[in-house]
Amino acid sequence: MFTTNPFAALSATVPPVAMRAYVVAMIVLVVAGTLFDIVHKGSARYFFDNWRRSRTRARSPLGGGELASIAIQTAVVDVLASGEFCNARRRIAHLLTMYGFVLHVVSTVVMVFSNSISDVWPHLWWVGGLMVLAGGYWFWFFIRVDVAAEGNSPWRVMRADLFSLSLLASVTLGLVWAFLQANGSGAAVVFFALYIVATTVLFASVPWSKFAHMFFKPAAAFEKRVSYANGTRANLPGPADKPEQFGSARTAPRHY
Amino acid sequence: MPTFVYMTRCDGCGHCVDICPSDIMHVDKTYRRAYNIEPNMCWECYSCVKACPQNAIDARGYADFAPLGHSVRTLREEAKGTISWRLKFRDGREKNFVSPIRTTPWGSIKGPAEYEAPRAEDLASQELAHEPTSLKIEGGLPALHSGRLRRGTA
Repeated sequence: MFTTNPFAALSATVPPVAMRAYVVAMIVLVVAGTLFDIVHKGSARYFFDNWRRSRTRARSPLGGGELASIAIQTAVVDVLASGEFCNARRRIAHLLTMYGFVLHVVSTVVMVFSNSISDVWPHLWWVGGLMVLAGGYWFWFFIRVDVAAEGNSPWRVMRADLFSLSLLASVTLGLVWAFLQANGSGAAVVFFALYIVATTVLFASVPWSKFAHMFFKPAAAFEKRVSYANGTRANLPGPADKPEQFGSARTAPRHY
Repeated sequence: MPTFVYMTRCDGCGHCVDICPSDIMHVDKTYRRAYNIEPNMCWECYSCVKACPQNAIDARGYADFAPLGHSVRTLREEAKGTISWRLKFRDGREKNFVSPIRTTPWGSIKGPAEYEAPRAEDLASQELAHEPTSLKIEGGLPALHSGRLRRGTA
């Protein structure tokens, strides 16, 4: 089961060209949804306005080399290591979900578009999917602020959950479908249909979900690092000239 | 000067919701980021501004007495026991100062429940229950004695 390409087995009932067209359609939906999101919310205009303001007020203007260095720091610390999270559990859950999602999506594309693939890709597809489930359900039931800090039921659903829920539904239904198909179950068709519905919702709902955070969060992290380097610090004061001696009293928020 | 949240910086951790004394910092139902649900009821205590680990909360001045262009921002550093302030005026002047939060490590001060309950006869004493030992009043509270006053050594 873990070494077979589930989409190759599916090609007996669904033509490969249809599967490839669906993948392309999803990519187009994400690109179009992100562009719509940027224009609708004015986030690009906001980013470039802030960028111009920061450059105008810079106390120590930055050169190209320094900007490249900050871009690398942003990519490594803020993007690849999810460095912005102050809560270690949220950071681990985010890393599991992020890398799992990337592995799952890339292996899906490779398996749909390539006729002869190595055994590595089906393995990556399963590993990525299980990482998404581990990080996603941990976040959903125990970590997210509504449950952990506000004491609400994990079953209370709101629009902010559209991205998380559609991602979890897509990956969960995809893995169940692959499992049932490998065991020759007739219910595999039903789960495949649900898998397609959940996946379409995930990629088509970009303007209404927080899917676009994977684009604007790195931009915001880069802008923050630049403002610290050029001295504007978004008007924040600099660190106090005192020794660290008192430790920390910060505890996880709990409002109820 | 009600608070507002830079949505791109907020990571939805909920510390501001936890600390707001007016219970007006909430987590948004669309993006799971914090926001001030009722700016008119904000009493500008700056608790959320200081508590935010991402420095994602700022305060906006009312246009009638704090027109656009000014800024009042803070940086809370728990380990140093300080809160730094940076005030920017419209004409470009700046004032920077640092105020202390405490002089002892976090958690080193005992809470009321950690002391023994006062005895009934303690009600007759002028001392409050569990006066800090730093006051050094084991021999009784300082008092004026007429003899010493006469000698000028009270």
